[in-house]
Amino acid sequence: MRRIEVYPYSKLYEQMGQPVTVGDSNIALFKLSNGEVHAIENRSPHPKGGILSEGLVSGHYVFCPLYDWKISLLDGLVQSPDTGSVKKYEVKVEGDKVYILLD
Amino acid sequence: MKKQLVMIGNGMAGVRAIEEILKLNKEEFEMTIFGKEPYPNYNRIQLSHVLQGDTTVEEIIMNDWDWYKENHIQLFTNESIVKINPENKTVESSNGRITAYDKLIIATGSSPFILPVKGAEKQGVTGFRDIHDCEVMIKTAESYKKAVVIGGGLLGLEAARGLIDLGMTVDVVHLMPHLMERQLDPTASQMLQRELESQGMNFLMEKQTEEILGEDRVTGIRFTDGSETAADLVVMAVGIKPNIEVAAACGLEVNRGIVVNDYIETSIPDIYAVGECAEHREVTYGLVAPLYEQAKVLAETIVGKRESTYEGSITGTQLKVSGVDLYSAGEIMDDPSVKAIKVHNEFDGIYKKILVRDNKIAGIVLYGNTKDSSKLFRMMMGKEEITDLTDISLLQKAGEEGAEDIGSIPADEVVCGCNGVTKGTIVKAIQTQGLTTLNQVSGCTNAGRSCGRCKPLVNDILMHTLGDSFDASLAKDSLCGCTALSRDEVVEEIRTKGLTAVKEVMNVLEWKQEEGCSKCRPAINYFLGMVHMDAYEDDRDSRLVNEKMHANIQKDGTYSVVPRMYGGVTNAKDLMKIAQIAEKYNVPLVKLTGGQRIGLFGVKREDLTAVWQELDMPSGYAYGKTLRTVKTCVGSQFCRFGTQDSMSLGMELEKKFERLDTPHKVKMGVSACPRNCAESGIKDLGYVGIDGGWEIYVGGNGGTDLRAGDLAWTVTTEAEVMEYSSAFLQYYRETANYLERTSTWLERLGLDHVKAHLADKNIREKLNDRLDQTLQRYNEPWKQAIEDQKVNEKYYSTKEVELV
Repeated sequence: MRRIEVYPYSKLYEQMGQPVTVGDSNIALFKLSNGEVHAIENRSPHPKGGILSEGLVSGHYVFCPLYDWKISLLDGLVQSPDTGSVKKYEVKVEGDKVYILLD
Repeated sequence: MKKQLVMIGNGMAGVRAIEEILKLNKEEFEMTIFGKEPYPNYNRIQLSHVLQGDTTVEEIIMNDWDWYKENHIQLFTNESIVKINPENKTVESSNGRITAYDKLIIATGSSPFILPVKGAEKQGVTGFRDIHDCEVMIKTAESYKKAVVIGGGLLGLEAARGLIDLGMTVDVVHLMPHLMERQLDPTASQMLQRELESQGMNFLMEKQTEEILGEDRVTGIRFTDGSETAADLVVMAVGIKPNIEVAAACGLEVNRGIVVNDYIETSIPDIYAVGECAEHREVTYGLVAPLYEQAKVLAETIVGKRESTYEGSITGTQLKVSGVDLYSAGEIMDDPSVKAIKVHNEFDGIYKKILVRDNKIAGIVLYGNTKDSSKLFRMMMGKEEITDLTDISLLQKAGEEGAEDIGSIPADEVVCGCNGVTKGTIVKAIQTQGLTTLNQVSGCTNAGRSCGRCKPLVNDILMHTLGDSFDASLAKDSLCGCTALSRDEVVEEIRTKGLTAVKEVMNVLEWKQEEGCSKCRPAINYFLGMVHMDAYEDDRDSRLVNEKMHANIQKDGTYSVVPRMYGGVTNAKDLMKIAQIAEKYNVPLVKLTGGQRIGLFGVKREDLTAVWQELDMPSGYAYGKTLRTVKTCVGSQFCRFGTQDSMSLGMELEKKFERLDTPHKVKMGVSACPRNCAESGIKDLGYVGIDGGWEIYVGGNGGTDLRAGDLAWTVTTEAEVMEYSSAFLQYYRETANYLERTSTWLERLGLDHVKAHLADKNIREKLNDRLDQTLQRYNEPWKQAIEDQKVNEKYYSTKEVELV
């Protein structure tokens, strides 16, 4: 498990996604209105794909900007009636530093 | 080691069986599926919608590739099984792959029956069974005009309607004197034929095909009576035949289909057959509901539970053709052993017939109004006595029909046949997930999401389950699942309570989801901006992606940039600038858009602000719920026919209304003469120059809901053009639902109403004032992104972290 520093916490905006590329992985960071930061793979699980970082954020859900799928940022699961899941990354916030844990 | 489960066929019935097995036991089997088509499991029922252009192939995929991966199912597509070897329990594929099985499911479905007539092998002759057939038809329609569908049954009529939608002229050939004679009686059949004729279908009844004419490609058909009809495309829709060749070759007992018993077992142990290829008690089925029932029983048999049995099904039929509402089930023909209850309302085009034997329903035929179909079908299946029921009274008041007893429906009864959703599933979802609206129930269970026929029943179940806590107010059109309030109520609350922010609206009006959803947040933001005119600060994060980014997101996450080109007029300097930027930023696609301007497609997010800065042109808002473009013809400045200066008027309109938020996108067109080169007749607002003035057309639409605009006003000066246009737009802004185009809005309010309302000069002036006030609050968004560091950082920054 590697800890990778990816972004300053103070530069993340609430209810917004921020795309970050780490090596070959495209990751979307989301800061919720309660201050928590979550990270998921920046790719919609919809068969046609697309990115997630620009989606509308409500509570701990993001709405896929291309196909309006509702996805939980807590576990990456797509909400019914659609199905599927997005890869979830573990996040640590220390001071102003946001880390992602990579395998 | 896990047991090997192999399935031949990757269609709806088979995959449903796999889903049922996974539900019962996730661990027992290692699964392998062979499918001869190159797709994962898709919803074959919806193919006619694909053909009719209502949906796409991608959208009818039911189990995507990930589903197979997640469930550890090995899927071989484009690979069929050519041989089953029951002795050593293996199958051999078309690629020569040998796979061993412990349990084998045959789910090979069926093929269209191709009439054995001379010429049936010619190019341009197809069935209507899979995505490939659909694609063939869509492609043919691009270059050919005349189609002939052989077969006036369910499938044939759906195919014919699709071909009409694709722009072809269509003959439907039918052997019998009546359409759908197995599902409809002559009365209903004639009503159907009349309706379809009015939709443009031409029927050739009681014709038997003798030969398909042409060299390599079909050119026509000759019938046994010697008559002929021309054809560029022939669709055979005379029936289906179960695919049983491989099963028969290995010694399985077959008849019309592969024979199975009540446990869905074939004549050889450990081999099962399900779906259209299976024959149960001498019946083969082609509709989805019985196949799903079979799948359920099969799953129990395979995991060793062997408790449930399949007893056969009686099914109902409906036709998926817009403008046609019909349903039938059970017996359909009057005969001496049954008594019929009939209602035939020629005035409204409604026909209902119920056949009764021994006080029980034996058959149902409904045309024109099918909302009782679920109830009647259930009564028929439950063999309920109808003695206590009154028959229909003529011309009763609306809403006087009695509600049926939902409590008596058994929990395992399928309410939504398309998706196989039972009453029990619906009730459980309502209870455990706290659902309160029909939309939520559909969302969570899929019930009512395919054909929608069961929606009234699902709503009744919702009412019954919630009992006293059912809030009738929720049944109305609420803004979204987050609130019970309608659009009008939300706007009213914003006005009377003086609400000024999206969060405040959701908070004060007690939204169920504190932070709303992708439906209500953009709508509230729009309503606030509409009510507060120049005093509203836009909530950019409540906008959907394109409006938030001020660029149109593409499927790969890049964006398109379309600069404003007023009236479609540009100059050499701008063109050179655009060309240089396209080159500098390696823009993959430069294309003229449908709205007379130039689009740069495939710009990376991090390049957006730089591209805008170098362009130094305003945003064309090609992404917004706002004025898109004003299309113009050249007009009197250059054209010998032009009676008016269309370019100048177009530019003036575009400069005035650009950036204005509207409920949905707004397009305009200005033509200098009635030749109408700017296509003003299909624009939200269209102008046509005539001698001494302008005609103003409203509510036109060239998109999803094709609609010709209505001529609303003829005026003499450009000042009047501006006055009426502003008044119309503002009235639309103030009264339309969010995401309602002017076309549907105008249909809802009525042209006469809108004209009457705007006939009052005083009202027009007030609307103009409010619009002008609103227009003052807009800034150029691209300029803002360049100049405002915070906006730039928040919306357009990206970051790359290198792994070392």
